[in-house]
Amino acid sequence: MTTLRALMQPHRIVMLLLLVAVVIWCAVTLRWDWIPEYAPLALEGLWRTIWIMVVTCILGFALAVPLGLAQAVGPWYLAAPARAFCTIIRGTPLLLQIWLLYYGLGSLFPQIPWIRGSELWPYLRQAWPYAVLALTLSYAGYEGEVMRGAFSSVNKGQLEAANAFGMPRLTMFRRIWLPQAIRNVLPTLGGETILQLKATPLVATITVVELYAVSSRVRSDTFIVYEPLILLAVFYMIIAGIIALAFKRLEDRVPG
Amino acid sequence: MDFLFETFGLAESAKLLSLSPPGWGGNLLRGLANSLQIAFGAFGFGLLIGLFGAYGKLYGGVVLRDLLAVYTTVIRAVPELVLILILYYVGTDLINQVAQAMGYGRVEISGVVAGIWVLGVVQGAYATEVLRGAIQAIPSGQIEAARAYGMPPFLLMRRVTIPAMMSFATPGLANLWLIATKDTALLAIVGFSELTLETRQAAASTRAYFTFFLAAGALYLLVTLFSGVVFGRIEKWARRGQPSLRGGSR
Amino acid sequence: MTLKKLLAAAIATATMSAAAVSAEEVKIGIAAEPYPPFASLNAAGEWEGWEVEIINAVCAAAELDCVITPVAWDGIIPSLTGQQIDAIMASMSITEERQKTIDFSDPYYNTPAVIVADKSMDIEPTPESLAGKIIGIQASTIHQAYANAHFGDADEIRVYQTQDEANQDLVAGRIDATQADSIAMADFVNSDNGTCCEIKGAVENDEAILGKGVGAGVRKGDDALRESLNKGIAKILEDGTHEEITSRYFDTSIYAE
Repeated sequence: MTTLRALMQPHRIVMLLLLVAVVIWCAVTLRWDWIPEYAPLALEGLWRTIWIMVVTCILGFALAVPLGLAQAVGPWYLAAPARAFCTIIRGTPLLLQIWLLYYGLGSLFPQIPWIRGSELWPYLRQAWPYAVLALTLSYAGYEGEVMRGAFSSVNKGQLEAANAFGMPRLTMFRRIWLPQAIRNVLPTLGGETILQLKATPLVATITVVELYAVSSRVRSDTFIVYEPLILLAVFYMIIAGIIALAFKRLEDRVPG
Repeated sequence: MDFLFETFGLAESAKLLSLSPPGWGGNLLRGLANSLQIAFGAFGFGLLIGLFGAYGKLYGGVVLRDLLAVYTTVIRAVPELVLILILYYVGTDLINQVAQAMGYGRVEISGVVAGIWVLGVVQGAYATEVLRGAIQAIPSGQIEAARAYGMPPFLLMRRVTIPAMMSFATPGLANLWLIATKDTALLAIVGFSELTLETRQAAASTRAYFTFFLAAGALYLLVTLFSGVVFGRIEKWARRGQPSLRGGSR
Repeated sequence: MTLKKLLAAAIATATMSAAAVSAEEVKIGIAAEPYPPFASLNAAGEWEGWEVEIINAVCAAAELDCVITPVAWDGIIPSLTGQQIDAIMASMSITEERQKTIDFSDPYYNTPAVIVADKSMDIEPTPESLAGKIIGIQASTIHQAYANAHFGDADEIRVYQTQDEANQDLVAGRIDATQADSIAMADFVNSDNGTCCEIKGAVENDEAILGKGVGAGVRKGDDALRESLNKGIAKILEDGTHEEITSRYFDTSIYAE
């Protein structure tokens, strides 16, 4: 076990002991008595955070592929809107985008009387569809740019060879182009997914009750400032660690 | 121009956005100035941390290296919003306690300074990684040659390392600057009156949510696009005399 | 060259940072989010409203050198305990729960909590009537505590960072009702924006949660400031300043023993 040996260096042992001491100090001197009361709510929030992150990453990536393709090889009338979309998403703060979608659209509802009778109304009333939409568009904007690079960097010779063999264009895309592009972006994808995790607390500002919102609730109910934030940070570090590990595994399994 | 406004029903929006008091444009611009001030300060502070961090990670002792690894890992795994809250309350609390312990009485920490401190610490973690990568990309012979001539370390950093790494670091730093400008929006959550909070106040007072959010978005976008041009220039300047790296293979 | 300039800028900002404050200056924290008609930012970038005028009057009466400092509402108590501000005058009700963390001055206004809903909706301010409805409330307020304690049968209690956002969603139809201060709500339903809605009545009082009126919050043990604020409040109540300011904003007195 190389990792264990790496940990066994004297200074690391001292640092680990210090860490343990800090953790024990935190556990003993800080206030944690609120945890049992809020644990069910926190679990619900944790589930919602993960759910939102996973769904928006998948939907966002699905949207990023055509965005990247349009920019890399598309005709100008597809490339220009795709590029404009990516520039706008990447050039403005996500918080502003979320508020624009939620409160901006909401401010238009009173002018559209029939909307309350429509079948979409139960969804439009909720906050999570806006959260999912905003985070999906954001992920698509950032990934679209990454995919553009990935599509342009696939070896042209391979595509030409496939073409020469008379492979249909869709098969060529599915079998050669897309897999290679995805393999190229895998290392960045892990980082981008962690960035997406870090973007989820922003949806708490439009009343979605995820992990961050639960910690805010604890802070406002009990007036305890630091403890919920520290625990929250630990939770996010654990999730980020799991994401990083998962992508590492995925990368190892994909043939280089 | 007026005709155009009338046709698209934009007269109302134009009035709301005008710069003098019945309009809220002045407030937005003041918010933008605050945002830019913080973004600039945080970016500079982050660069400073990043430079020391990169040197520490590359040439520091084992303890320093591990500590820096903890710093960059933690900062990059925790959402900025959470970090901002923690650093904002902890930072000001700590400074006050230290000042009081030393008998100085209370120290006032302005919103701008708190914002710069909070975002700077976050930026520092990313800057450390960007600059470390850039320093590593310098052909090692250049630094070794300077050392062999007995160049003192600080002069070496000033004359060799920093100029040579600039071309490798600019794209990453450009990205960091954009993140800095956008992250200032998060300070709205702690009640600092930068562009996003000013926008929200204006929108809430006038009910013109769409107008103001779109206007603020346009302002942020302008900053982004303008920064892109500036950093493009810097990159070109930093790369002078080097073969183009564009279109290179991955 | 550029890097050097940036470094210089960073060092400059770092060194200019902190300056010691003069002892007399009192930072009065108000919510950074607009809360009309009590405190909101106008287009000229100045804070205005009933509470802002009261703050100035109290400070003048108590001979305090006050600086109005906007702070995020949901972090306003940590800002007080963390010494970023010295007192809170942001329509904060005096409740037992808050008194565990901070001290309060004497109240300077006292108004009931009301339920507001769409005119077409048949809603009463009772738990039975609100069962199965979506109620919006502002975070960290007595109304949140009240809704959690009394409206457990509601379909959902949605938490907003500002009352203004809750109002906005009430207009949009995303929530069925909101609970808030009667004066703020009267202002809202009389505005162009709030024509959809009306005040359905006051909720049943629960003094343990709703508190004993609105007072200025100060750090625990900061008795000197609390005393001078009390003196200021007593003085403006006595010499008619309070009434004069109130009459310019509201039809009725909003100070009840």
